[in-house]
Amino acid sequence: MFPTPVQKSGPWVSAAYQVLLPIALIIWLLPLIGVAVTSIRPSGDLAAGNYFGIPSGFAGVENYTAVFRDSPIGHYILNSFKITIPTVIGAVGLSCLCGFALAVYRFKGSLFLFFVFVAGNFIPFQILMVPVRDLTLKMGLYDTVTGLVLFHVAFQTGFCTLFMRNFIKGLPFSLIESARVEGVSEWRIFIHIVLPLMRPAIAALSVLIFTFVWNDYFWATVLVQGQAAMPVTAGLNALNGQWVAAWHLVSAGSIVAAMPPVLMFFFMQRHFIAGLTLGATKG
Amino acid sequence: MGTSSPALPGFWKRNQRTFAPWLFLAPGALMFLVYVIVPVFQSVWISFHDWDGLGPKTWIGLGNYVELLSDDAFYTSLENNVIWLVLYLLAVPAGLAAALFLNQTVTGIRLYKSLFFFPFVISQVVVGLIFTWFYAPNFGLFSALIQALTGTQVAILADERLVTYGIIAAGLWPQIAYCMILYLTGLNNINPEQIEAGRMDGAKGWHLFWNIVLPQLRPATFIAVVVTVIGALRSFDLVSVMTAGGPYGSSRVLSYYMYEEALSEYGFRMGYGAAIAVVLFLIMMVFITFFLIRMLRQERNS
Repeated sequence: MFPTPVQKSGPWVSAAYQVLLPIALIIWLLPLIGVAVTSIRPSGDLAAGNYFGIPSGFAGVENYTAVFRDSPIGHYILNSFKITIPTVIGAVGLSCLCGFALAVYRFKGSLFLFFVFVAGNFIPFQILMVPVRDLTLKMGLYDTVTGLVLFHVAFQTGFCTLFMRNFIKGLPFSLIESARVEGVSEWRIFIHIVLPLMRPAIAALSVLIFTFVWNDYFWATVLVQGQAAMPVTAGLNALNGQWVAAWHLVSAGSIVAAMPPVLMFFFMQRHFIAGLTLGATKG
Repeated sequence: MGTSSPALPGFWKRNQRTFAPWLFLAPGALMFLVYVIVPVFQSVWISFHDWDGLGPKTWIGLGNYVELLSDDAFYTSLENNVIWLVLYLLAVPAGLAAALFLNQTVTGIRLYKSLFFFPFVISQVVVGLIFTWFYAPNFGLFSALIQALTGTQVAILADERLVTYGIIAAGLWPQIAYCMILYLTGLNNINPEQIEAGRMDGAKGWHLFWNIVLPQLRPATFIAVVVTVIGALRSFDLVSVMTAGGPYGSSRVLSYYMYEEALSEYGFRMGYGAAIAVVLFLIMMVFITFFLIRMLRQERNS
């Protein structure tokens, strides 16, 4: 372990560390704490200039109810779920198939194809913007949830395939070999042997893609115009324009919008981090 | 696959392994082709045209690119992208420092680690809103702090010289968290025997870190640099949410300027926007190529 464990450095260092830890955390999360506190602040505080002091009372219930009552944020949240859940299923499903193909078979161009998926993953969105918007318009899917889902599935498949392929490469190949000797068909090998072993990868990618797509803002502004299909990221920004100086409401809205990925992260932490740090440990 | 044609069982059985990979690949690859690969070429094609997105396209060859050369807004965006790139890379050493700080075993450290990671999980729109408010003149916490220290007020997001730095600072917040997690995982996988051996040989502090720990963290460093560079060049959300490129376009970056030219109320200049996107794409390709070459080398070794 590096650095030296604080316990070994004597009681003073250890105590100093224990004190420093929460202080560092509070400073680090200060912007967030500010927002959380503001979201429960009575509106009178803001009018009186009390932006960062102790709230004069607890108005959390009022503020959060107001956000849901006076704005379509509930609708935006629902849209975000409608966009995110099918995308996760689609991208993870397709990439299981692609990853399997690229990891298990040796064929001409397999490495090239793999690299196309990897490279596609890093390109700037702007180079896709005009043609994808055009395509979505032509298909009659502009301003619809489906239009966003189709694009997200396609794009996220690139990243997921990279992940899945490397994961399957790490599985014991002898399992597949012996099934082939037994005469098991390729499809059955995928369904009955490989897929069950992919559970941790599927979990990791699902949380990660959920967060990525939930937090997307760019495509939401490019492929959606009205409220009908708008996800919460774009919706929140629009509300910010309407609620000038109503920071207690903007804060409550921000907390609401941030909640699902945060909860996802807390419940699936280990998987989430496994997904993010793929490749950071070997190579 | 399971549903082979009964008329040709022999043929399917013999060639199953030749066709199977293509059948497995088909759905995903097709989606990727339609939505990612083809649009890249379409964008390049559109960049040689004058096009409002609806009417006919007019071929103007390199016209858009020639115009870019004398476009001040383009240079401002390019310059800001360079500033983004350089300053954003601070997230890598900062993330490493944070990881080293948290790499201890005391009670509750797991919770601390996840709370430190928090900013990364939150949408950039929310991060942008938080920092806008943080910077707000008169009442923002940051401007209050500056006023207490210097006696003068600074409206960061309204100041042409400071605005880009203000936005980058907001972007660094989640990015440092991301790099920190990469390094924490890297530190987890460090060989403790080597550290012990180093300590036995009298290596300490900086020396131990530089010669024994850092080389073992190379994979983490590599990923951290890649995601940070890509993140810096892709920066769009924060610029859009915090300033919409203002004041007077001084906080524009290429990705935002492209969007503005192609899709905002200023007009629908798809061809010109596409040309900006192509420039951004070429800059990004330099890094992507570097990344792919390294991956290829790894593949060959394994």
